[in-house]
Amino acid sequence: MALEKITAVTGRAVCVPGNDIDTDRIIPARFMKCVTFDGLGEFLFHDVRKNADGSDQPHPLNDPRFRGATILLSGANFGCGSSREHAPQAIQKHGFRAVVAESFAEIFFGNCTTLGIPCAAAARADIARLTAAIEADPGLEVTVDVAAGAIRFGGQSIPAEVRPAARDALIHGRWDAIGELLDGLPAVQALAARTPYLAA
Amino acid sequence: MAKSLFEKVWAAHAVRTLANGQTQLLIGTHLIHEVTSPQAFGMLRDLGLKVAMPHRTFATVDHIVPTDQLVEPYRDPLAQAMMEELRRNCAQSGITFFDRATGKQGIVHIVGPEQGITQPGTTIACGDSHTSTHGAFGAVAFGIGTTQIRDVLATQTMALGKLKVRRINVRGRLRPGVYAKDVILHIIRVLGVNGGTGYAYEYGGEVFDRFSMEERMTVCNMSIEGGARAGYVNPDQTTFDYLKGRPYSPQGAAWDAAVERWRGFASDPGCHYDDVVNIEAADIAPTVTWGINPGQGIAITESIPDPARATAADERASIEEALAYMKLRPGAAIKGTRIDVAFIGSCTNGRLSDFREVARHVRGRRVAAGVKAIAVPGSQIVALQCEKEGIDQVLRDAGFEWRGAGCSMCLAMNPDKLIGDQLCASSSNRNFKGRQGSPTGRTLLMSPLMVAAAAVTGSVADAREVFAVNS
Ligand code: SF4
Repeated sequence: MALEKITAVTGRAVCVPGNDIDTDRIIPARFMKCVTFDGLGEFLFHDVRKNADGSDQPHPLNDPRFRGATILLSGANFGCGSSREHAPQAIQKHGFRAVVAESFAEIFFGNCTTLGIPCAAAARADIARLTAAIEADPGLEVTVDVAAGAIRFGGQSIPAEVRPAARDALIHGRWDAIGELLDGLPAVQALAARTPYLAA
Repeated sequence: MAKSLFEKVWAAHAVRTLANGQTQLLIGTHLIHEVTSPQAFGMLRDLGLKVAMPHRTFATVDHIVPTDQLVEPYRDPLAQAMMEELRRNCAQSGITFFDRATGKQGIVHIVGPEQGITQPGTTIACGDSHTSTHGAFGAVAFGIGTTQIRDVLATQTMALGKLKVRRINVRGRLRPGVYAKDVILHIIRVLGVNGGTGYAYEYGGEVFDRFSMEERMTVCNMSIEGGARAGYVNPDQTTFDYLKGRPYSPQGAAWDAAVERWRGFASDPGCHYDDVVNIEAADIAPTVTWGINPGQGIAITESIPDPARATAADERASIEEALAYMKLRPGAAIKGTRIDVAFIGSCTNGRLSDFREVARHVRGRRVAAGVKAIAVPGSQIVALQCEKEGIDQVLRDAGFEWRGAGCSMCLAMNPDKLIGDQLCASSSNRNFKGRQGSPTGRTLLMSPLMVAAAAVTGSVADAREVFAVNS
């Protein structure tokens, strides 16, 4: 399986501020009643974007200035809570190609990487600088340079690191492990045969 | 060299190192449920792959099942479709499914231990973050995403980076009226909701030595709320006694050999930990959350935090956000806060011992007027045992609704939901905004007995006073 080598993501950015944004907020549980992930994108952040009557609440994703953004910015501990892959799937299906935050919850980070969504961690002050820049110019082109560990925008550059294992996987096109795991099947069978509770 | 359980289990299941430095880890036991698995089966079909070891995957249905409607078709057609999808996927792949008709259905983290599928020294994965529960048996158990479910189905392995290990000792003795739930809420309060990032938590010390398996499960369950990917307790006689005679436990001579092997997985004295934290049991009080993450908890005797007193701007902002959502007053006592709903259940506290403890104390008491109280056993086997012991009747007499097994109001993917901004005293594990089904619903996490105390008084109360708990 040849996978895309994700060395950089370039596009417009939008900031959804806040710390500890959990996966229930990213995609409320009631939208998980589905047997495929198709169509999840429209429910991204649903309960903070929509009123009960279906009308829009003020939310960055409802802001026409940021429509079409492909880079999502946020605060600390982004994606905490439930392990639901529905969250990164909704983010991806909504059109995002990269997430930049102060820090990420573990499972969410892994789920994103497996889908080929780089999660880059940047310092709060730097994210604030980037946010100020896109607020001033929502059309600003932003590049999350996965390989170089930096974000470039309007002549500025801020450090933004994707953890090494994930970074390598992304830039070498190995972010989906399935091919490599399948290659290991003979070794898997051999280990299982030597493992008492599996051999029985 | 002395090694921790985590290292031993990891070494015993490491197939090889992958190009990105991660380990291809053999997953001995794979558990699935209806919410996160259908998409994985779909991915498998798209790739033309088959389930590699169907006898090592076990399925149950828990999140979407209505707890007040036991016969199909369910009123919600989406729930019915998910049920049928799981049934079909299991039948086609040869996976054992603890469907409702088997009498063994329940929340996945209750079913695994109950059946003896969860065993020491094993690796366990499930597309559900509370898979950490199974660590109570000395297993290394992870929650995984749907793409990883696909990986495990296709190869019985997944790619994973090794975790660090933090040993958490809880020393001394818990005071009367303090439960396992309070221990973990206290730990999360102390270490923070992301204190565990990159770690597996190894819980130990006198408190854990004395704990039953069900208490250990309650603590391990919420490791994830502390940010840890996994949490475990070393296997000991308590573990073996629990497992003996369970349907999937080894029998006869194999049993003795298994116990011998299991003992060997326990952490060696003097092994290396990446971090060690000591907590005094005497410092732990019945704990209640007041905010919108599980780390925002206080002792029942404390007041709701005041953002004006916060030392950091960050802390102030998060307290303000939480109080605005929770509609609670800074500086007020949490005790006496009126509640609308009381929920006892979930994979944290929906086990036999939880209902026994509640029934022992609420016998002869009544749920306060205006409070909706529901008790939801975590599995059909828990339900049956409660019914045999008359626990269901005690709870019904007190004014609780007694339901069928499932996740129920823990996350509201089924008809059990909060309405509007109702405030719920809940024995579950998450108090995130909107978690219990209403975008403005409010959740206070606490132990089952504290939920019962809130139910009978109509407001947040100290269970030790309400039920005169002193032993
Ligand atoms: S009871 Fe709650 S936390 Fe546990 S598996 Fe069900 S929904 Fe998840």
